[in-house]
Amino acid sequence: MAEELMDFDEAVRRYDPVIGLEVHVELGTATKMFDAAPVAFGGEPNSRVTPTSVGLPGSLPVVNKKGVEYAIRIGLALGCQISEHSRFARKNYFYPDLAKDFQTSQSDEPIAFDGALEIELEDGTFFTVPIERAHMEEDAGKNTHVGGADGRIEGADYSLVDYNRAGVPLIEIVSRPIEGTGARAPQIAATYVRTLRDIFRALGVSEARMERGNVRADVNVSLRESSDAPLGTRTETKNVNTFRSIEQHVRYEIQRQAAILAAGGAVLQETRHGQADGTTRPGRVKSDADDYRYFPEPDLVPVAPSREWVEQIRAALPEMPAAKRRRLKGEWGLADEEMRDVVNAGALDLIEATALAGCSGQAARKWWMGELARAAKDREIALEELPVTPGQVAQLQALVDEGRLTDKLARQVLEGVLDGEGDPQQVVEARGLEVVSDDSALLAAVDEALAANPDVADKIRGGKVQAAGAIVGAVMKATRGQADAKRVRELVMERVGA
Amino acid sequence: MTALITATAAEQAAALAAGEVSSRELTQAHLERIAVVDGAVNAFLDVDADRALADADAADAARRDGTATSELTGVPVAVKDLFVTRGQVTTAASRILEGWVPPYDATAVTNLRGAHLPILGKTNLDEFAMGGSTEHSAFGRTANPWDLGRIPGGSSGGSAAAVGAYEAPLALGTDTGGSIRQPAAVTGTVGVKPTYGTVSRFGVIAMASSLDTPGPMARTVLDTALLHDVIASYDPLDSTSLTDAPRGMAAVVRAAQQGRDLTGTRVGVIAELDGGHAYQAGVMDSFHAALALLEEAGASIETVSLPNLEYALDAYYLIMPAEVSSNLARYDGMRYGLRVEPTEGPVTAETVMAATRGAGFGDEAKRRIILGTHVLSAGYYDAYYGSAQKVRTLVQRDLNAAFADFDVLVSPTSPVTAYRFGEKDDPMAMYALDVTTIPANLAGIPGMSLPSGLSDDALPVGFQILAPQRADDRLYRVGAVLEAALEERWGGRLLDHAPVLNEAAVAGVRNKKEA
Repeated sequence: MAEELMDFDEAVRRYDPVIGLEVHVELGTATKMFDAAPVAFGGEPNSRVTPTSVGLPGSLPVVNKKGVEYAIRIGLALGCQISEHSRFARKNYFYPDLAKDFQTSQSDEPIAFDGALEIELEDGTFFTVPIERAHMEEDAGKNTHVGGADGRIEGADYSLVDYNRAGVPLIEIVSRPIEGTGARAPQIAATYVRTLRDIFRALGVSEARMERGNVRADVNVSLRESSDAPLGTRTETKNVNTFRSIEQHVRYEIQRQAAILAAGGAVLQETRHGQADGTTRPGRVKSDADDYRYFPEPDLVPVAPSREWVEQIRAALPEMPAAKRRRLKGEWGLADEEMRDVVNAGALDLIEATALAGCSGQAARKWWMGELARAAKDREIALEELPVTPGQVAQLQALVDEGRLTDKLARQVLEGVLDGEGDPQQVVEARGLEVVSDDSALLAAVDEALAANPDVADKIRGGKVQAAGAIVGAVMKATRGQADAKRVRELVMERVGA
Repeated sequence: MTALITATAAEQAAALAAGEVSSRELTQAHLERIAVVDGAVNAFLDVDADRALADADAADAARRDGTATSELTGVPVAVKDLFVTRGQVTTAASRILEGWVPPYDATAVTNLRGAHLPILGKTNLDEFAMGGSTEHSAFGRTANPWDLGRIPGGSSGGSAAAVGAYEAPLALGTDTGGSIRQPAAVTGTVGVKPTYGTVSRFGVIAMASSLDTPGPMARTVLDTALLHDVIASYDPLDSTSLTDAPRGMAAVVRAAQQGRDLTGTRVGVIAELDGGHAYQAGVMDSFHAALALLEEAGASIETVSLPNLEYALDAYYLIMPAEVSSNLARYDGMRYGLRVEPTEGPVTAETVMAATRGAGFGDEAKRRIILGTHVLSAGYYDAYYGSAQKVRTLVQRDLNAAFADFDVLVSPTSPVTAYRFGEKDDPMAMYALDVTTIPANLAGIPGMSLPSGLSDDALPVGFQILAPQRADDRLYRVGAVLEAALEERWGGRLLDHAPVLNEAAVAGVRNKKEA
């Protein structure tokens, strides 16, 4: 059943959207949050489990210290306070993928709280997202419903549960209601999650691969008449894991809720499921009847990170993506727009690595945003998936800088590298592409060209300097492009005595 | 009945060390005793004779090779069926786990295996350790060796009865609200609840995590000390495990038995537990007679009041079921154990869970799950669970204040002696009897029960000693001196006064539930 939608522009003119995001990130620790089973993607079902992962009778949790450290790293990077005394709690509910029928999480005593994150929007303006808390918890297992038409539990003959993911450490970052977004709500939601993703990667706490569900967002949207009215009824779209769908779902919910409100209806507080086409469909109705019966986890002692430890972690924090961008933009001398293009193309880290390998920032940007971006597009893969390393790009540019390759030759060498022929130097040697810098060899070619075109030589002598181009062209052709055109021109002028 | 099995564990260990007997012979003798009496006592849910004998052979080999790591190497032990045992059925006396074979060992069991103590079998208990009488087992009640028509206490009633009936010299129990001390008291044996965190809970099927404490049960103070030293260990698999668990208790006991002097020891009698309308007169007489012996040994005796103790029982019966309701949620028919599908209506995850739990849990378990769910539910949390935690803190403060003035605190272990089966069919009446033992669990402090004599109904009375956290040695010291004085008076151990349990005595009595 298609739902009534209001035109987006009209919706945000008539109503004030308030969004909220709960972002889960799976940590890349070696072992699970509460036991020694390894953390890895995929694998034979139920091969990465211990008695604790599958909640066998008598099994007990023990906190993964690395998981706590990562949580503190994230908390500090988001400007949060780190709790001196945080505790785990049990969130009690029944679901077959939940091994103990409770999730070990945190409730009123999270590890980090009261932070904020500044995000940069497409137009270069900034927006600050207030963060309520970041807390630690464990992931659940994975249900596979077999026999149904669409893989959903409805109509399935039976369900299989894989607990490999059960107990994988998660950090949940809960924003405060994000107000004042207006029409930018969809973009702000997506940019916020993208910014978080970049931070997770910079912190080294997670691979943060969206397609693997390493980062998932629950997206809350509500509308109100005006910015000073109380918050409206919200809906929550669960487990959204692409930036595009975050944006689409926020947009859709604003349009859908606006249509309901405009018609005098009431928005139902419910969980919704995002669809591939960007729409959302109702899930279960969320009511006050949800009672997780939280209480402090008696099997775990409180997490009380010492101030010293927290300060050590703070001191060792890497540069955050936003600061890094500002710094590199200055170092490379890029314009705002150039820098935004670089970031949007996902080329920042590649360019930085290339620059670190000895290339100038500008030259590195030219390669990655030009020739290499085209190659990636042709091959329909991401930049970082191209079979070329930043080191190789830097080598290539060095050959150009040394005058051993012209730009044109360099492009041919790059093709060789992309075709798997080895490092730039190897390609140069194998293909014999080096600039002919031996003047005697070039002079022979110049003489030959002048002899073949005596009229041109006369013209040059007669003052028509631009006529030298034809001779240069002929020499370049004869040397298959391996000559430095500038040097060839000089030699031509010498020879004709002009 | 041979002298071999009526000997204490320490005596059996000495015979093994002297080469007078092999662990195989000793283990075999206990298996034979089990074969004779256990149909009536029903202390065991599962006996694996082959494995026990194989363990015994390994123990004999270790003694021969000089690789034995413990004084107790080769002495057999019974294990409460709340400890998971790799390859051996573990049910927690619940239908919901009937036939479940764990793929791993509890850490305490690993410690037993490391020291080569042959495991005779798994002992009966109140389902999931919930109850004070071992009547609430899904697999039949256990009988008290003193009177087969009476309860052996609970929930470690199977372990206490096995020790009292000479089926095993040593046993593991767990104590959540008194479940080691109270069955020890009513069977005339010794039971110790160590400081919380001393013995790992890893692999102990959880009842109420913040209260559950595994510990040793035996016929003498020295034997409990020897077993304490085997099972107490820091365990990185248990977050609440103590890195500096008190050990070396056997040496403390032997020194106390040598000196028999408690001069300078300040003993506080807990005023609120020193009699009252619920206390049996004969129990109080025995208690006060034991106090006189302590005084004779040089201890100073004074009364001390713990004003918040009157709320301890209520707090316990809120905190415990709250944790129970969460700990028992995992028994849902999805992964192991019983699975029951509904006979009518749709078969969904929810209906399978409901049918499985309906069929798998007994009344007491259901009662506590429902109570605990209510206690934690939104709107009631602060009034019930939150308040109970505050009371818990107050009880801890009372005890800490008392320990500033006293080395140990004492009381009767149980207000009454063993009652008849079915006598306390009102759950509240059964709960009320835990008043003496619960404070130690709320505070995480160690406690011991040892026999102080017989009441006027000719049934054993337990004497409880409490000490501050990590001061388990005080229990063993005071207990050893009191035990020595009592045995002198009795001319032997109290168990020698128990009615003889032999083929004739058990003929016709069957408590074992036939499968």
